Amino acid sequence: MSSVKDTADKGRPEEIRAVPVRHWGRWLAAAIVLVVGVAVVRSVATNARLEWSVVGEYLFDERVLEGLRVTLELTVISMAIGIVLGVLLAVMRLSPNKLVASASWLYIWFFRGTPVLVQIIFWYFISAAYPKINIGIPFGPAFIHGDANTLIKPFTAAILALGLNEGAYMSEIVRAGIISVDEGQADAAHSLGMTRLQTMRRIVLPQAMRVIIPPTGNETISMLKTTSLVSVIAVPDLLYAVQSIYAVNFRTIPLLIVASIWYLVCTSVLYVGQYYLERYYARGATREGAAPSLAVAMARGVLSFRRHDEGTP
Amino acid sequence: MSAPMVKAEAVHKRFGRNEVLRGIDLEVAAGEVMCLLGPSGSGKSTFLRCINHLEKINSGRLSVDGELVGYRQAGDRLHELREADVARKRAEIGMVFQHFNLFGHMTALWNVACAPTLVKGVPREQARARARELLDRVGLGDKHDSYPAQLSGGQQQRVAIARALAMDPKLMLFDEPTSALDPELVGDVLEVMRGLAGEGMTMVVVTHEMGFAREVADRVVFMDGGVVVEAGSPGEVLASPRHERTRAFLSKVL
Repeated sequence: MSSVKDTADKGRPEEIRAVPVRHWGRWLAAAIVLVVGVAVVRSVATNARLEWSVVGEYLFDERVLEGLRVTLELTVISMAIGIVLGVLLAVMRLSPNKLVASASWLYIWFFRGTPVLVQIIFWYFISAAYPKINIGIPFGPAFIHGDANTLIKPFTAAILALGLNEGAYMSEIVRAGIISVDEGQADAAHSLGMTRLQTMRRIVLPQAMRVIIPPTGNETISMLKTTSLVSVIAVPDLLYAVQSIYAVNFRTIPLLIVASIWYLVCTSVLYVGQYYLERYYARGATREGAAPSLAVAMARGVLSFRRHDEGTP
Repeated sequence: MSAPMVKAEAVHKRFGRNEVLRGIDLEVAAGEVMCLLGPSGSGKSTFLRCINHLEKINSGRLSVDGELVGYRQAGDRLHELREADVARKRAEIGMVFQHFNLFGHMTALWNVACAPTLVKGVPREQARARARELLDRVGLGDKHDSYPAQLSGGQQQRVAIARALAMDPKLMLFDEPTSALDPELVGDVLEVMRGLAGEGMTMVVVTHEMGFAREVADRVVFMDGGVVVEAGSPGEVLASPRHERTRAFLSKVL
């Protein structure tokens, strides 16, 4: 079976050249995957009802691109609100003051406990509950006041709903990151004379980022897709744009494909961004130097995948 | 002689119902090296953490360089110090931990330089230059750009000592600085500490290194069950302990 030669007098033994075990089950699985894959690709390529020419025609349509812009705008603004709110709520949740901590808990309980679609519609109809809006010092002067209908346009309602909802989820992610940092780090920072705020900003949060980034990437991807819900309150996002086109020409399937392609392109870009963010915050966390660039990492991934199959003939 | 650097009178500390310190009376003179010995759970580390207010004492009086730790006396009432004042006082006391607690996201150099810039407002370049000097001094002249995870335990602990020294402390606290190290790495760390003691730094050292205590300490204090059992010169306490409890402990560790 194996052919290890006695090479004691050469100093270094020869590499082992053994006949690898045949993984019949794995090969069968691979064959099935291949057959299914070919069938799917063939059907997608040849099914005339998918109307790929129509997809090509509308992919860069002005209305579609405008919808895409709105979708991206919603994603970026809502995530920004969510992250800022999340850090704030997480720090509040960890506050020694019981009232402050409970307020954060209550917020999270409420916004995680109601569907985001309900929240979107709720903000859209907010004027029914609060026709006039005054934001300012309680019982004092107001900075913003006016008609709810003029203040909260559909786009604003969408941002409010998505951002406030995201804050609740982000706060749990940030909190997990903060408590993952060893308490000794805060001890050391305090012993050097840093205040609580300095310790949080300079020592704890940067190290918490390693834990915070991956689920935040996940949240951003999820947010990009969740923004499609705003089409119900007639915010002209990507989905709403293709819907209004196929409402006229009835090319439903190809236009949904157009939207899907753009969602996929955007999430793919986010993947790349997430990879580099993770690499940045991983510095100091491993014994090796910096991680390779994405292209190198992917190439290595493919190579190491092939290496499993590499047997010596 | 001037006022003691550390003065503890009847210091008590509880964690819930667990009374960890049950009346500690101690004085550490300026320039003195004091080693705290004792079995685990005897309260040595807790006492050390009380000195820079990482733990709040429940009763008694504890002062550093003539000023109360964590409080301000006005008439016969004590007022808690504001956070910024607590931080300012801590900045004058260096602390070295059992598990090093280096900041994992910073290079060795920046670990040493960051507190002077953040806390004291020393210009970056100046702080870096000083950090380079300190790292050279603890024998890590070639490790400036390494991250803690790339250093051995002994190297990390020496960076931690340099980090504490960068704040120009008037008192250094060492909490079992060599307990987490491989035996062969202990020597380098003790060497640095010996050098510091030789320069006249006031040091309180919780340790199990009897050799170090015998050679470097001016005074050795044996604690057990939250009280000081006996204190004296290394010759007295280590060579001819008066208390049965001390004798029993030493017979196990020597």
